[in-house]
Amino acid sequence: MPMKEQNGLKVWQLRTPRSQLIRWGAWLLGLAVFIFSWQEISDNTLWFMMDNVGEVVADIATRATPPRWSFITELGRPIWDTLAIATLGTILALIMAVPVAFLAARNTTPSKLFVRPIALLVIVSTRSVNSLIWALLLVSIVGPGVLAGLIAISIRSIGFCAKLLYEAIEEINVVQVEAIKATGASPMQVMVYGIVPQIMPAFAGIAVFRWDINIRESTVLGLVGAGGIGLALQSSLNVLAWPKVSLILLVILVAVVIGEWVSAKVRGAII
Amino acid sequence: MSAALEAKLGRAWKKPPFVSNPVFRWALIIGSVSYIVVAFWGIDINLSRIARGWARGWEFIKAFGDPDFTSRWKDIYNGIYESVVMTVASTVVGIAISIPIALGAARNIAPLPIYLVCRAIVAISRALNEIIVAIILVAILGFGPLAGFITLSFATIGFLAKLLAEDIENMNKSQAEAIKATGASWTQWINFGVQPQVMPRLIGLSMYRLDINFRESAVLGLVGAGGIGGTLNTAFDRYEFDTVAAILIIIIVTVMFLEYLSGVIRARIQ
Repeated sequence: MPMKEQNGLKVWQLRTPRSQLIRWGAWLLGLAVFIFSWQEISDNTLWFMMDNVGEVVADIATRATPPRWSFITELGRPIWDTLAIATLGTILALIMAVPVAFLAARNTTPSKLFVRPIALLVIVSTRSVNSLIWALLLVSIVGPGVLAGLIAISIRSIGFCAKLLYEAIEEINVVQVEAIKATGASPMQVMVYGIVPQIMPAFAGIAVFRWDINIRESTVLGLVGAGGIGLALQSSLNVLAWPKVSLILLVILVAVVIGEWVSAKVRGAII
Repeated sequence: MSAALEAKLGRAWKKPPFVSNPVFRWALIIGSVSYIVVAFWGIDINLSRIARGWARGWEFIKAFGDPDFTSRWKDIYNGIYESVVMTVASTVVGIAISIPIALGAARNIAPLPIYLVCRAIVAISRALNEIIVAIILVAILGFGPLAGFITLSFATIGFLAKLLAEDIENMNKSQAEAIKATGASWTQWINFGVQPQVMPRLIGLSMYRLDINFRESAVLGLVGAGGIGGTLNTAFDRYEFDTVAAILIIIIVTVMFLEYLSGVIRARIQ
Protein backbone atom coordinates (compact mmCIF):
# COMPACT_ATOMS: atom_id res chain seq x y z
CA MET A 1 0.00 0.00 0.00
CA PRO A 2 1.53 3.35 -0.99
CA MET A 3 2.10 5.67 1.97
CA LYS A 4 3.27 9.21 2.39
CA GLU A 5 5.09 10.59 5.44
CA GLN A 6 3.50 13.82 6.61
CA ASN A 7 4.56 15.42 9.91
CA GLY A 8 5.59 11.99 11.16
CA LEU A 9 2.19 10.52 10.28
CA LYS A 10 1.64 7.92 7.60
CA VAL A 11 -1.05 9.00 5.18
CA TRP A 12 -2.71 6.52 2.81
CA GLN A 13 -2.26 7.24 -0.89
CA LEU A 14 -4.09 5.68 -3.80
CA ARG A 15 -0.96 5.41 -5.97
CA THR A 16 2.80 5.56 -5.62
CA PRO A 17 4.37 8.87 -6.70
CA ARG A 18 5.91 7.12 -9.69
CA SER A 19 2.64 5.72 -11.06
CA GLN A 20 0.97 9.05 -10.31
CA LEU A 21 3.61 10.83 -12.37
CA ILE A 22 3.15 8.42 -15.28
CA ARG A 23 -0.58 9.00 -15.15
CA TRP A 24 -0.19 12.76 -15.20
CA GLY A 25 2.22 12.42 -18.12
CA ALA A 26 -0.28 10.31 -20.05
CA TRP A 27 -3.06 12.80 -19.41
CA LEU A 28 -0.83 15.66 -20.49
CA LEU A 29 0.10 13.85 -23.69
CA GLY A 30 -3.55 13.08 -24.42
CA LEU A 31 -4.53 16.67 -23.81
CA ALA A 32 -1.74 17.92 -26.08
CA VAL A 33 -2.87 15.59 -28.89
CA PHE A 34 -6.45 16.78 -28.47
CA ILE A 35 -5.54 20.47 -28.49
CA PHE A 36 -3.35 19.94 -31.53
CA SER A 37 -6.25 18.17 -33.31
CA TRP A 38 -8.65 20.92 -32.40
CA GLN A 39 -6.17 23.52 -33.67
CA GLU A 40 -6.04 21.72 -37.02
CA ILE A 41 -9.82 21.68 -37.33
CA SER A 42 -10.00 25.30 -36.32
CA ASP A 43 -7.40 26.27 -38.92
CA ASN A 44 -9.43 24.59 -41.65
CA THR A 45 -12.65 26.29 -40.67
CA LEU A 46 -13.86 29.60 -42.02
CA TRP A 47 -14.81 31.13 -38.72
CA PHE A 48 -16.25 34.28 -40.26
CA MET A 49 -18.94 32.00 -41.72
CA MET A 50 -20.01 31.30 -38.15
CA ASP A 51 -20.99 34.90 -37.44
CA ASN A 52 -24.48 34.41 -38.76
CA VAL A 53 -25.02 30.74 -37.92
CA GLY A 54 -28.08 31.63 -35.85
CA GLU A 55 -29.67 33.37 -38.80
CA VAL A 56 -28.90 30.47 -41.14
CA VAL A 57 -30.42 27.95 -38.74
CA ALA A 58 -33.51 30.12 -38.24
CA ASP A 59 -33.80 30.61 -42.00
CA ILE A 60 -33.61 26.89 -42.76
CA ALA A 61 -36.01 26.12 -39.93
CA THR A 62 -38.65 28.53 -41.23
CA ARG A 63 -38.21 27.25 -44.77
CA ALA A 64 -38.45 23.62 -43.67
CA THR A 65 -41.66 23.99 -41.67
CA PRO A 66 -44.30 22.92 -42.22
CA PRO A 67 -43.24 19.78 -44.15
CA ARG A 68 -44.99 19.39 -47.50
CA TRP A 69 -47.34 16.59 -46.47
CA SER A 70 -48.77 16.11 -49.98
CA PHE A 71 -45.32 14.96 -51.14
CA ILE A 72 -45.76 11.76 -49.12
CA THR A 73 -47.65 10.11 -52.00
CA GLU A 74 -44.44 10.24 -54.03
CA LEU A 75 -42.41 8.65 -51.25
CA GLY A 76 -44.19 5.28 -51.29
CA ARG A 77 -41.96 3.82 -53.97
CA PRO A 78 -38.64 5.08 -52.50
CA ILE A 79 -39.46 3.77 -49.03
CA TRP A 80 -40.46 0.41 -50.53
CA ASP A 81 -37.11 0.33 -52.35
CA THR A 82 -35.28 1.19 -49.14
CA LEU A 83 -36.99 -1.67 -47.31
CA ALA A 84 -36.23 -4.01 -50.21
CA ILE A 85 -32.55 -3.02 -50.12
CA ALA A 86 -32.38 -3.66 -46.38
CA THR A 87 -34.30 -6.96 -46.42
CA LEU A 88 -32.92 -8.56 -49.56
CA GLY A 89 -29.46 -7.23 -48.71
CA THR A 90 -29.61 -8.90 -45.30
CA ILE A 91 -30.76 -12.20 -46.81
CA LEU A 92 -28.02 -12.11 -49.44
CA ALA A 93 -25.47 -11.24 -46.75
CA LEU A 94 -26.55 -14.17 -44.58
CA ILE A 95 -26.28 -16.57 -47.52
CA MET A 96 -22.68 -15.45 -48.02
CA ALA A 97 -21.85 -15.08 -44.32
CA VAL A 98 -22.80 -18.63 -43.24
CA PRO A 99 -20.05 -20.43 -45.20
CA VAL A 100 -17.52 -17.74 -44.23
CA ALA A 101 -18.46 -18.18 -40.56
CA PHE A 102 -18.06 -21.96 -40.71
CA LEU A 103 -14.68 -21.53 -42.39
CA ALA A 104 -13.59 -18.98 -39.78
CA ALA A 105 -14.69 -20.82 -36.62
CA ARG A 106 -11.83 -22.72 -35.02
CA ASN A 107 -13.86 -25.86 -34.44
CA THR A 108 -15.38 -26.21 -37.93
CA THR A 109 -12.74 -24.79 -40.26
CA PRO A 110 -11.21 -27.33 -42.63
CA SER A 111 -7.74 -25.82 -42.22
CA LYS A 112 -6.61 -23.51 -39.45
CA LEU A 113 -3.48 -22.56 -41.32
CA PHE A 114 -4.80 -21.67 -44.77
CA VAL A 115 -8.60 -21.32 -44.86
CA ARG A 116 -9.16 -19.58 -41.53
CA PRO A 117 -6.90 -16.55 -42.20
CA ILE A 118 -8.56 -16.03 -45.58
CA ALA A 119 -12.02 -16.15 -43.99
CA LEU A 120 -10.88 -13.69 -41.29
CA LEU A 121 -9.47 -11.37 -43.94
CA VAL A 122 -12.83 -11.42 -45.76
CA ILE A 123 -14.53 -10.56 -42.48
CA VAL A 124 -12.20 -7.68 -41.61
CA SER A 125 -12.06 -6.12 -45.05
CA THR A 126 -15.81 -6.17 -45.66
CA ARG A 127 -16.45 -4.83 -42.16
CA SER A 128 -14.03 -1.93 -42.27
CA VAL A 129 -15.34 -0.40 -45.49
CA ASN A 130 -18.56 1.55 -45.04
CA SER A 131 -21.62 0.63 -47.11
CA LEU A 132 -21.61 4.07 -48.74
CA ILE A 133 -18.15 3.39 -50.17
CA TRP A 134 -19.27 -0.01 -51.43
CA ALA A 135 -22.29 1.71 -52.96
CA LEU A 136 -20.08 4.32 -54.63
CA LEU A 137 -18.04 1.53 -56.18
CA LEU A 138 -21.03 -0.58 -57.22
CA VAL A 139 -22.81 2.37 -58.79
CA SER A 140 -19.89 2.70 -61.15
CA ILE A 141 -19.99 -1.04 -61.91
CA VAL A 142 -23.68 -2.02 -62.15
CA GLY A 143 -25.05 1.48 -62.69
CA PRO A 144 -27.19 3.62 -60.40
CA GLY A 145 -30.24 1.97 -58.85
CA VAL A 146 -31.54 -0.39 -56.24
CA LEU A 147 -29.28 -3.27 -57.32
CA ALA A 148 -26.11 -1.34 -56.43
CA GLY A 149 -27.49 -0.51 -52.99
CA LEU A 150 -28.57 -4.08 -52.40
CA ILE A 151 -25.17 -5.51 -53.22
CA ALA A 152 -23.41 -2.77 -51.22
CA ILE A 153 -25.50 -3.53 -48.13
CA SER A 154 -24.96 -7.26 -48.48
CA ILE A 155 -21.18 -6.98 -48.87
CA ARG A 156 -20.94 -4.64 -45.90
CA SER A 157 -23.01 -7.04 -43.78
CA ILE A 158 -20.98 -10.19 -44.53
CA GLY A 159 -18.22 -9.28 -42.09
CA PHE A 160 -20.58 -8.28 -39.30
CA CYS A 161 -22.81 -11.37 -39.57
CA ALA A 162 -19.93 -13.79 -40.12
CA LYS A 163 -18.00 -12.42 -37.13
CA LEU A 164 -20.90 -12.78 -34.70
CA LEU A 165 -21.86 -16.13 -36.18
CA TYR A 166 -18.40 -17.67 -35.96
CA GLU A 167 -18.14 -16.55 -32.35
CA ALA A 168 -21.44 -18.34 -31.70
CA ILE A 169 -20.15 -21.47 -33.48
CA GLU A 170 -16.99 -21.47 -31.37
CA GLU A 171 -19.09 -21.38 -28.20
CA ILE A 172 -21.27 -24.42 -28.98
CA ASN A 173 -21.55 -27.36 -26.63
CA VAL A 174 -19.17 -30.11 -27.83
CA VAL A 175 -21.04 -32.87 -26.00
CA GLN A 176 -24.06 -32.63 -28.29
CA VAL A 177 -21.88 -32.78 -31.39
CA GLU A 178 -20.07 -35.79 -29.93
CA ALA A 179 -23.40 -37.52 -29.24
CA ILE A 180 -24.52 -37.10 -32.85
CA LYS A 181 -21.13 -38.36 -34.04
CA ALA A 182 -21.50 -41.43 -31.80
CA THR A 183 -24.64 -42.47 -33.68
CA GLY A 184 -22.51 -42.85 -36.81
CA ALA A 185 -23.63 -39.65 -38.48
CA SER A 186 -21.85 -38.31 -41.56
CA PRO A 187 -20.10 -34.90 -41.26
CA MET A 188 -23.07 -33.28 -43.02
CA GLN A 189 -25.49 -34.89 -40.56
CA VAL A 190 -23.32 -33.75 -37.64
CA MET A 191 -23.58 -30.24 -39.01
CA VAL A 192 -27.37 -30.37 -39.46
CA TYR A 193 -28.29 -32.17 -36.21
CA GLY A 194 -25.42 -31.26 -33.89
CA ILE A 195 -24.25 -27.74 -34.73
CA VAL A 196 -27.07 -25.94 -36.54
CA PRO A 197 -29.74 -26.35 -33.82
CA GLN A 198 -27.33 -24.84 -31.29
CA ILE A 199 -26.56 -21.72 -33.30
CA MET A 200 -30.09 -21.21 -34.68
CA PRO A 201 -31.22 -18.71 -31.99
CA ALA A 202 -27.98 -16.72 -32.36
CA PHE A 203 -28.41 -16.79 -36.13
CA ALA A 204 -31.95 -15.45 -35.98
CA GLY A 205 -30.90 -12.76 -33.52
CA ILE A 206 -28.00 -11.66 -35.72
CA ALA A 207 -30.22 -11.59 -38.80
CA VAL A 208 -32.81 -9.32 -37.20
CA PHE A 209 -30.16 -7.12 -35.60
CA ARG A 210 -28.39 -6.61 -38.91
CA TRP A 211 -31.69 -5.98 -40.69
CA ASP A 212 -32.34 -3.15 -38.25
CA ILE A 213 -28.90 -1.62 -38.92
CA ASN A 214 -29.37 -2.08 -42.67
CA ILE A 215 -32.60 -0.09 -42.64
CA ARG A 216 -30.63 2.82 -41.19
CA GLU A 217 -27.84 2.47 -43.70
CA SER A 218 -30.07 1.96 -46.73
CA THR A 219 -31.85 5.27 -46.10
CA VAL A 220 -28.71 7.19 -47.06
CA LEU A 221 -27.41 4.99 -49.90
CA GLY A 222 -29.38 7.06 -52.40
CA LEU A 223 -27.04 9.98 -51.80
CA VAL A 224 -24.49 8.27 -54.03
CA GLY A 225 -27.16 7.08 -56.47
CA ALA A 226 -27.82 3.62 -55.09
CA GLY A 227 -31.63 3.83 -54.85
CA GLY A 228 -34.14 4.18 -52.05
CA ILE A 229 -35.34 7.21 -50.16
CA GLY A 230 -31.86 8.76 -50.10
CA LEU A 231 -32.30 9.46 -53.81
CA ALA A 232 -35.38 11.55 -53.07
CA LEU A 233 -33.47 13.29 -50.27
CA GLN A 234 -30.58 14.09 -52.57
CA SER A 235 -32.78 15.51 -55.33
CA SER A 236 -34.74 17.63 -52.83
CA LEU A 237 -31.52 18.89 -51.25
CA ASN A 238 -30.07 19.79 -54.62
CA VAL A 239 -32.93 22.17 -55.37
CA LEU A 240 -33.04 23.34 -51.71
CA ALA A 241 -36.66 22.20 -51.38
CA TRP A 242 -36.56 22.31 -47.58
CA PRO A 243 -40.24 21.41 -46.93
CA LYS A 244 -39.67 18.19 -48.89
CA VAL A 245 -36.38 17.56 -47.07
CA SER A 246 -38.01 17.84 -43.67
CA LEU A 247 -40.79 15.45 -44.70
CA ILE A 248 -38.25 12.92 -45.99
CA LEU A 249 -36.24 13.18 -42.77
CA LEU A 250 -39.42 12.55 -40.78
CA VAL A 251 -40.25 9.49 -42.90
CA ILE A 252 -36.70 8.15 -42.41
CA LEU A 253 -36.95 8.71 -38.67
CA VAL A 254 -40.26 6.83 -38.51
CA ALA A 255 -38.85 3.96 -40.60
CA VAL A 256 -35.79 3.69 -38.38
CA VAL A 257 -37.84 3.73 -35.17
CA ILE A 258 -40.26 1.09 -36.50
CA GLY A 259 -37.32 -1.07 -37.61
CA GLU A 260 -35.72 -0.83 -34.19
CA TRP A 261 -39.02 -1.64 -32.48
CA VAL A 262 -39.65 -4.72 -34.66
CA SER A 263 -36.09 -5.91 -34.16
CA ALA A 264 -36.28 -5.50 -30.38
CA LYS A 265 -39.61 -7.41 -30.28
CA VAL A 266 -38.36 -10.28 -32.42
CA ARG A 267 -35.08 -10.57 -30.53
CA GLY A 268 -37.00 -10.52 -27.24
CA ALA A 269 -39.20 -13.38 -28.50
CA ILE A 270 -36.23 -15.50 -29.64
CA ILE A 271 -33.83 -15.07 -26.76
CA MET B 1 -49.02 -48.11 -23.34
CA SER B 2 -50.55 -44.73 -23.66
CA ALA B 3 -52.40 -43.65 -26.77
CA ALA B 4 -49.96 -40.80 -27.42
CA LEU B 5 -47.00 -43.15 -27.49
CA GLU B 6 -48.97 -45.64 -29.61
CA ALA B 7 -49.57 -42.94 -32.20
CA LYS B 8 -45.87 -42.10 -32.38
CA LEU B 9 -44.62 -45.66 -32.70
CA GLY B 10 -43.65 -46.83 -36.14
CA ARG B 11 -43.14 -43.31 -37.43
CA ALA B 12 -39.73 -41.85 -38.20
CA TRP B 13 -38.44 -39.17 -35.81
CA LYS B 14 -38.61 -35.66 -37.18
CA LYS B 15 -36.68 -32.60 -36.10
CA PRO B 16 -38.86 -30.25 -34.07
CA PRO B 17 -39.45 -27.07 -36.11
CA PHE B 18 -37.97 -23.69 -35.13
CA VAL B 19 -41.41 -22.09 -34.73
CA SER B 20 -43.73 -24.50 -32.95
CA ASN B 21 -47.16 -23.11 -33.88
CA PRO B 22 -47.89 -24.59 -37.38
CA VAL B 23 -50.35 -21.87 -38.47
CA PHE B 24 -47.93 -19.11 -37.48
CA ARG B 25 -45.02 -21.00 -39.05
CA TRP B 26 -46.69 -21.40 -42.43
CA ALA B 27 -47.97 -17.83 -42.38
CA LEU B 28 -44.42 -16.66 -41.70
CA ILE B 29 -42.94 -18.80 -44.47
CA ILE B 30 -45.54 -17.92 -47.10
CA GLY B 31 -45.53 -14.25 -46.11
CA SER B 32 -41.75 -13.86 -46.28
CA VAL B 33 -41.39 -15.84 -49.51
CA SER B 34 -44.05 -13.76 -51.23
CA TYR B 35 -42.47 -10.53 -49.93
CA ILE B 36 -39.06 -11.58 -51.25
CA VAL B 37 -40.52 -12.46 -54.66
CA VAL B 38 -42.42 -9.16 -54.90
CA ALA B 39 -39.48 -7.12 -53.66
CA PHE B 40 -37.10 -8.85 -56.04
CA TRP B 41 -39.53 -8.22 -58.88
CA GLY B 42 -39.36 -4.51 -58.11
CA ILE B 43 -35.63 -4.25 -58.78
CA ASP B 44 -34.96 -3.48 -62.36
CA ILE B 45 -31.74 -5.16 -63.35
CA ASN B 46 -30.19 -3.64 -66.42
CA LEU B 47 -28.12 -6.49 -67.77
CA SER B 48 -26.50 -4.54 -70.60
CA ARG B 49 -25.36 -1.87 -68.10
CA ILE B 50 -23.89 -4.54 -65.86
CA ALA B 51 -22.10 -6.11 -68.81
CA ARG B 52 -20.58 -2.74 -69.64
CA GLY B 53 -19.70 -2.03 -66.02
CA TRP B 54 -18.23 -5.44 -65.44
CA ALA B 55 -14.98 -4.50 -67.15
CA ARG B 56 -14.71 -1.58 -64.76
CA GLY B 57 -15.34 -3.88 -61.79
CA TRP B 58 -12.62 -6.21 -62.95
CA GLU B 59 -10.29 -3.23 -63.35
CA PHE B 60 -11.07 -2.27 -59.75
CA ILE B 61 -10.27 -5.75 -58.47
CA LYS B 62 -7.05 -5.74 -60.49
CA ALA B 63 -6.17 -2.34 -58.99
CA PHE B 64 -5.89 -3.98 -55.56
CA GLY B 65 -2.96 -5.96 -56.92
CA ASP B 66 -1.27 -2.75 -58.00
CA PRO B 67 -2.43 0.13 -55.77
CA ASP B 68 -1.12 3.58 -56.63
CA PHE B 69 -0.02 5.37 -53.48
CA THR B 70 2.31 7.86 -55.15
CA SER B 71 0.60 9.94 -57.83
CA ARG B 72 -2.02 11.42 -55.48
CA TRP B 73 -0.01 10.94 -52.31
CA LYS B 74 -0.42 14.56 -51.20
CA ASP B 75 -4.24 14.35 -51.41
CA ILE B 76 -4.30 10.99 -49.67
CA TYR B 77 -2.00 12.21 -46.93
CA ASN B 78 -4.05 15.35 -46.31
CA GLY B 79 -7.29 13.37 -46.30
CA ILE B 80 -6.04 10.73 -43.87
CA TYR B 81 -4.51 13.42 -41.67
CA GLU B 82 -7.80 15.31 -41.53
CA SER B 83 -9.69 12.08 -40.80
CA VAL B 84 -7.37 11.22 -37.92
CA VAL B 85 -7.58 14.74 -36.49
CA MET B 86 -11.39 14.69 -36.72
CA THR B 87 -11.52 11.23 -35.15
CA VAL B 88 -9.33 12.17 -32.17
CA ALA B 89 -11.01 15.50 -31.45
CA SER B 90 -14.56 14.21 -31.82
CA THR B 91 -13.91 11.10 -29.72
CA VAL B 92 -12.48 13.20 -26.86
CA VAL B 93 -15.30 15.75 -26.97
CA GLY B 94 -17.89 13.00 -27.43
CA ILE B 95 -16.64 11.12 -24.36
CA ALA B 96 -16.50 14.31 -22.29
CA ILE B 97 -20.13 15.08 -23.10
CA SER B 98 -21.25 11.46 -22.81
CA ILE B 99 -20.14 10.96 -19.21
CA PRO B 100 -22.51 13.48 -17.58
CA ILE B 101 -25.31 12.34 -19.89
CA ALA B 102 -24.63 8.71 -18.99
CA LEU B 103 -24.84 9.59 -15.29
CA GLY B 104 -28.13 11.35 -16.00
CA ALA B 105 -29.45 8.42 -18.04
CA ALA B 106 -28.82 5.87 -15.26
CA ARG B 107 -32.03 5.39 -13.30
CA ASN B 108 -30.22 4.46 -10.05
CA ILE B 109 -28.36 7.78 -9.93
CA ALA B 110 -30.53 10.42 -11.57
CA PRO B 111 -33.97 11.62 -10.52
CA LEU B 112 -36.78 11.01 -13.01
CA PRO B 113 -36.88 14.41 -14.81
CA ILE B 114 -33.13 14.38 -15.52
CA TYR B 115 -33.34 10.71 -16.50
CA LEU B 116 -36.03 11.44 -19.09
CA VAL B 117 -34.14 14.40 -20.58
CA CYS B 118 -30.89 12.42 -20.89
CA ARG B 119 -32.65 9.38 -22.37
CA ALA B 120 -34.30 11.68 -24.92
CA ILE B 121 -30.90 13.07 -25.94
CA VAL B 122 -29.57 9.53 -26.35
CA ALA B 123 -32.61 8.46 -28.38
CA ILE B 124 -32.34 11.45 -30.74
CA SER B 125 -28.62 10.91 -31.27
CA ARG B 126 -29.15 7.24 -32.03
CA ALA B 127 -32.07 7.73 -34.39
CA LEU B 128 -30.30 10.22 -36.66
CA ASN B 129 -27.92 8.73 -39.17
CA GLU B 130 -24.43 10.30 -39.19
CA ILE B 131 -24.59 11.12 -42.87
CA ILE B 132 -27.90 12.94 -42.50
CA VAL B 133 -26.58 14.96 -39.56
CA ALA B 134 -23.48 15.77 -41.61
CA ILE B 135 -25.59 16.97 -44.57
CA ILE B 136 -27.57 19.31 -42.35
CA LEU B 137 -24.44 20.59 -40.62
CA VAL B 138 -22.67 21.18 -43.93
CA ALA B 139 -25.69 23.18 -45.05
CA ILE B 140 -25.43 25.29 -41.88
CA LEU B 141 -21.67 25.53 -41.25
CA GLY B 142 -20.28 25.16 -44.74
CA PHE B 143 -17.80 22.59 -46.03
CA GLY B 144 -14.89 21.52 -43.88
CA PRO B 145 -13.87 19.36 -40.95
CA LEU B 146 -15.88 21.30 -38.36
CA ALA B 147 -19.15 19.79 -39.63
CA GLY B 148 -17.62 16.31 -39.51
CA PHE B 149 -16.23 16.91 -36.04
CA ILE B 150 -19.61 17.96 -34.65
CA THR B 151 -21.36 15.07 -36.41
CA LEU B 152 -19.02 12.48 -34.94
CA SER B 153 -19.15 14.02 -31.45
CA PHE B 154 -22.93 13.96 -31.60
CA ALA B 155 -23.01 10.35 -32.77
CA THR B 156 -20.57 9.35 -30.02
CA ILE B 157 -22.98 10.63 -27.36
CA GLY B 158 -25.79 8.28 -28.39
CA PHE B 159 -23.51 5.26 -28.46
CA LEU B 160 -21.33 5.85 -25.42
CA ALA B 161 -23.90 7.39 -23.07
CA LYS B 162 -26.37 4.57 -23.68
CA LEU B 163 -23.93 1.74 -23.06
CA LEU B 164 -22.25 3.48 -20.12
CA ALA B 165 -25.62 4.22 -18.52
CA GLU B 166 -26.53 0.54 -18.83
CA ASP B 167 -23.26 -0.37 -17.12
CA ILE B 168 -23.89 2.12 -14.31
CA GLU B 169 -27.36 0.67 -13.82
CA ASN B 170 -25.86 -2.83 -13.51
CA MET B 171 -23.16 -1.83 -11.02
CA ASN B 172 -22.69 -3.39 -7.60
CA LYS B 173 -24.80 -1.35 -5.18
CA SER B 174 -23.00 -2.35 -1.99
CA GLN B 175 -19.70 -0.70 -2.97
CA ALA B 176 -21.43 2.60 -3.70
CA GLU B 177 -23.40 2.19 -0.47
CA ALA B 178 -20.17 1.66 1.51
CA ILE B 179 -18.71 4.91 0.17
CA LYS B 180 -21.93 6.72 1.08
CA ALA B 181 -21.75 5.31 4.61
CA THR B 182 -18.40 7.04 5.17
CA GLY B 183 -20.18 10.37 4.80
CA ALA B 184 -18.95 11.09 1.29
CA SER B 185 -20.38 13.99 -0.68
CA TRP B 186 -22.16 13.38 -3.99
CA THR B 187 -19.04 13.98 -6.09
CA GLN B 188 -16.96 11.75 -3.80
CA TRP B 189 -19.65 9.09 -4.03
CA ILE B 190 -19.53 9.17 -7.85
CA ASN B 191 -15.76 9.37 -7.93
CA PHE B 192 -14.97 6.58 -5.44
CA GLY B 193 -18.13 4.46 -5.47
CA VAL B 194 -19.30 4.46 -9.09
CA GLN B 195 -16.38 5.48 -11.28
CA PRO B 196 -13.97 2.61 -10.39
CA GLN B 197 -16.69 0.07 -11.19
CA VAL B 198 -17.44 1.37 -14.68
CA MET B 199 -13.93 2.53 -15.64
CA PRO B 200 -12.83 -0.66 -17.49
CA ARG B 201 -16.01 -0.63 -19.54
CA LEU B 202 -15.65 3.09 -20.23
CA ILE B 203 -12.12 2.63 -21.57
CA GLY B 204 -13.17 -0.34 -23.68
CA LEU B 205 -16.13 1.50 -25.14
CA SER B 206 -14.02 4.60 -25.81
CA MET B 207 -11.48 2.58 -27.76
CA TYR B 208 -14.25 0.90 -29.70
CA ARG B 209 -15.82 4.26 -30.47
CA LEU B 210 -12.47 5.64 -31.66
CA ASP B 211 -12.40 2.79 -34.14
CA ILE B 212 -16.00 3.47 -35.28
CA ASN B 213 -15.37 7.20 -35.56
CA PHE B 214 -12.40 6.63 -37.84
CA ARG B 215 -14.48 4.37 -40.06
CA GLU B 216 -17.29 6.92 -40.16
CA SER B 217 -14.92 9.82 -40.81
CA ALA B 218 -13.92 8.00 -43.98
CA VAL B 219 -17.40 8.54 -45.46
CA LEU B 220 -18.29 11.96 -44.10
CA GLY B 221 -16.14 13.50 -46.82
CA LEU B 222 -18.64 12.22 -49.41
CA VAL B 223 -21.06 14.93 -48.28
CA GLY B 224 -18.34 17.54 -47.82
CA ALA B 225 -17.71 17.19 -44.11
CA GLY B 226 -13.94 16.72 -44.34
CA GLY B 227 -11.65 13.72 -44.19
CA ILE B 228 -10.47 11.04 -46.58
CA GLY B 229 -13.98 10.57 -48.03
CA GLY B 230 -13.59 13.64 -50.19
CA THR B 231 -10.37 12.32 -51.72
CA LEU B 232 -12.02 8.93 -52.23
CA ASN B 233 -15.02 10.50 -53.94
CA THR B 234 -12.78 12.48 -56.30
CA ALA B 235 -10.80 9.36 -57.14
CA PHE B 236 -14.02 7.47 -57.92
CA ASP B 237 -15.23 10.34 -60.10
CA ARG B 238 -11.99 10.23 -62.08
CA TYR B 239 -12.17 6.40 -62.30
CA GLU B 240 -8.69 6.26 -60.76
CA PHE B 241 -9.25 2.82 -59.30
CA ASP B 242 -5.60 2.32 -58.35
CA THR B 243 -5.79 5.39 -56.08
CA VAL B 244 -9.13 4.16 -54.70
CA ALA B 245 -7.52 0.82 -53.93
CA ALA B 246 -4.64 2.57 -52.16
CA ILE B 247 -7.05 4.61 -50.00
CA LEU B 248 -9.16 1.56 -49.16
CA ILE B 249 -6.06 -0.40 -48.20
CA ILE B 250 -4.96 2.43 -45.90
CA ILE B 251 -8.41 2.53 -44.28
CA ILE B 252 -8.55 -1.24 -43.80
CA VAL B 253 -5.04 -1.40 -42.35
CA THR B 254 -5.73 1.49 -39.96
CA VAL B 255 -8.98 -0.09 -38.80
CA MET B 256 -7.24 -3.44 -38.28
CA PHE B 257 -4.50 -1.71 -36.29
CA LEU B 258 -7.03 0.18 -34.14
CA GLU B 259 -8.99 -3.02 -33.54
CA TYR B 260 -5.83 -4.82 -32.48
CA LEU B 261 -4.84 -1.91 -30.22
CA SER B 262 -8.26 -1.78 -28.58
CA GLY B 263 -8.14 -5.55 -28.08
CA VAL B 264 -4.78 -5.29 -26.31
CA ILE B 265 -5.90 -2.38 -24.13
CA ARG B 266 -9.19 -4.05 -23.21
CA ALA B 267 -7.42 -7.29 -22.34
CA ARG B 268 -4.99 -5.40 -20.08
CA ILE B 269 -7.54 -3.46 -18.06
CA GLN B 270 -9.98 -6.30 -17.49
